[in-house]
Order: sequence, then structure tokens, then C-alpha cells
Amino acid sequence: MTMLSVRVWRGGATAIGGRFVGYSVPRRPAQTVLDVVTHIQRHLDPTLAYRYACRVGMCGSCAMTVNGRARWTCRTHVEAVAADESLEIAPLANLPVIRDLVTDMREFFDKWARAKGQFVPTTTRHDDFATVAPGSSARRAVDAAIECIGCGVCYASCDVVGWNRAYLGPAALNRAWTLVNDSRDGAQPERLSAVAGDAGCHACHTHQSCTDRCPKALSPTASIAGLKRRTAIAALKGVLS
Amino acid sequence: MSDARRQSLLWIAQRASAAVLGLCVVVHLATMIVAVRGGLTAAEILGRTRGSVTWMLFYSIFVFAVAVHAPIGLRTVIAEMRGIHGRVVDVAMLAFAVVLMALGWRAVAAVTMGAPA
Repeated sequence: MTMLSVRVWRGGATAIGGRFVGYSVPRRPAQTVLDVVTHIQRHLDPTLAYRYACRVGMCGSCAMTVNGRARWTCRTHVEAVAADESLEIAPLANLPVIRDLVTDMREFFDKWARAKGQFVPTTTRHDDFATVAPGSSARRAVDAAIECIGCGVCYASCDVVGWNRAYLGPAALNRAWTLVNDSRDGAQPERLSAVAGDAGCHACHTHQSCTDRCPKALSPTASIAGLKRRTAIAALKGVLS
Repeated sequence: MSDARRQSLLWIAQRASAAVLGLCVVVHLATMIVAVRGGLTAAEILGRTRGSVTWMLFYSIFVFAVAVHAPIGLRTVIAEMRGIHGRVVDVAMLAFAVVLMALGWRAVAAVTMGAPA
């Protein structure tokens, strides 16, 4: 049986003794990277910590760094990334490591909140349903960005996040963009103010790593560009607080 | 003015100045190539630029666009590479813009003002 040579990050961050440990895993047909990690935990070392839930690309919890690149492991086939039958699996970059392949996602989701990523209703349950035309430009802008599963791949791939810790990041800004285009939302000036500036959309250098790496083929870069246009208009109108 | 509004206006200023610079650089490079390939001497070039309101206006706008564009970009570079933010950098960049304008307009005056040689 062909064996895969797998190096897996064990422990915490480098500063507290983290290191790669080698394992040999049987190569199987249609095997995903998550299958490989699960095999190690169930058959070789039960102390290995990693995170997953749905296994079908919906929950966004299994993202890791595979051969130097952030990926969702449940939908990444070994044959697509291990041409020489070897894998190096590490936790996501730009996030604190809790242990082994598990990162602390609090910073990532706190930034969604800081970008005003919550829908703010303008009506109550007693009002009639809002009508949003499916073909309207605002609705189409939302459609293009709404399928984010919050996996953190874009955040881990973003150079700006790496050198500006205050930067909200592609996912939070992408979420804000969907709400900026939501005609039912009642917090537009506050949201545009929250996403403007050196920690917001203006920090983006348009490297497009987020767009290149997004497993859902979204374009946070386009969303951020949209936010730059909207905040510019709002600034000229004097509505940014 | 709020931080969000100030930084949004800086972004507009940098994009607008970039658009002006794009045009100015093309005209400047084309002029240089034409002048050099045409075999004009420095004296002949000065003879055409001195007293020319058109060249004075063109290069004055060019210098202004540089003085707007460069400090905004440098402000970001300093913030990202050195971690320095806030009023200190903003004041330093304003001073940098003034220096760029002073030096640039001095050069523009030198080649466009005065009687043709």
C-alpha cells in the first residue's frame, strides 16, 4: 500500500515549543486532507487536536495550512495537493494557536462584530415582508458575497492582517459589504464609519490573496473595493461619524 | 472631523492625484523622448519652456499631484513598516508635502519663468 509522508504541527506556537512531527498514513482513493488528519488522530496519536464538524464544506471549521497554503481540508483532495505523496499540515496563519491544528478564532469573529456585521432591522414582526427585487444591483451585490462560511482562509492568507493587527480583514469586510447593500438594514452610516480607515477597507492593498484562496470562490477584494467607493461617497456627503 | 471621514477623504485625494499623475507622466515622458530624439539642446528646450504659461501650468499641476500623492502613500508605508500611527505621522507628512511642493515649484519656476533664452 502506498503511504503518505505527513508532517503535522504539534503543540502551541513556535515560541512555546511547537514543532512538526512526522507520520505515515495509508494512501486511499478520493482521500481528503481531513481524512488524513482524522486517520492520525484515530489510529496513530489520539492526543492530536484539530477541529471539524460537517465534513462537506458548509461549516467552515476545518481550515488549516496545507503545504504552506490555507485550505478547507474537508474538500481538499490529497491528490490535488500532494504530488510527491507528502503533506505538511499546520494551523491557520495570522491566528493564535491553541494547540496542534486548532486556532483561537475569537479575534477573527470579534472583527466581524467590530465591522458592524450584525443586521439591524428597521421594521418589526408586525410589519409586512420587505420586498427586495432579485434582479436589483444591490441584491446581486449581496448574492456575490453572501455565501461566506467563515472558515478564516482569507484571513490567514491576507498579508495586511499579518502586518496590521488592527485590520478587520477580508471576511469581516465582505460581511459588512453584504449589509451595506441590504435595503432593509438601518445602520448604514455607523457601519460605513466602522469599516473606513487604516483598520478597515482603506488598509487593503488589493493583493487579492483572499480572492485567490477563498474556497467558496467569493471575491472579498471586490467587496472591499465596493466599501471604498461607498465610504468615499459617504465622506463627501459628510455622513461618516 | 472623524477619523473615518479623514481617512476616506485621504483615499479620494490619493486616487484623484494618481489619475492626474497617470496623465502627467505620459505627457512628461513623451515630451522628453521627443526632445531628446529631436536633438534639442538644453538651451533650446529652455527657449521653449521659458515664458510658456502652458508648460508652467502643466508642471505646476504635476508637482501638486506629486505633493498630494506621495505623502499619503508614505504615511501608509510608515504605519505598516514601522508601526507609527496618528498625529505625529500626519504632521510629518504635511511637512513632507510642503517640502515637495516648494522644491517642485522652484524647479518649475526655474524652467518656465523669465524671458526666452
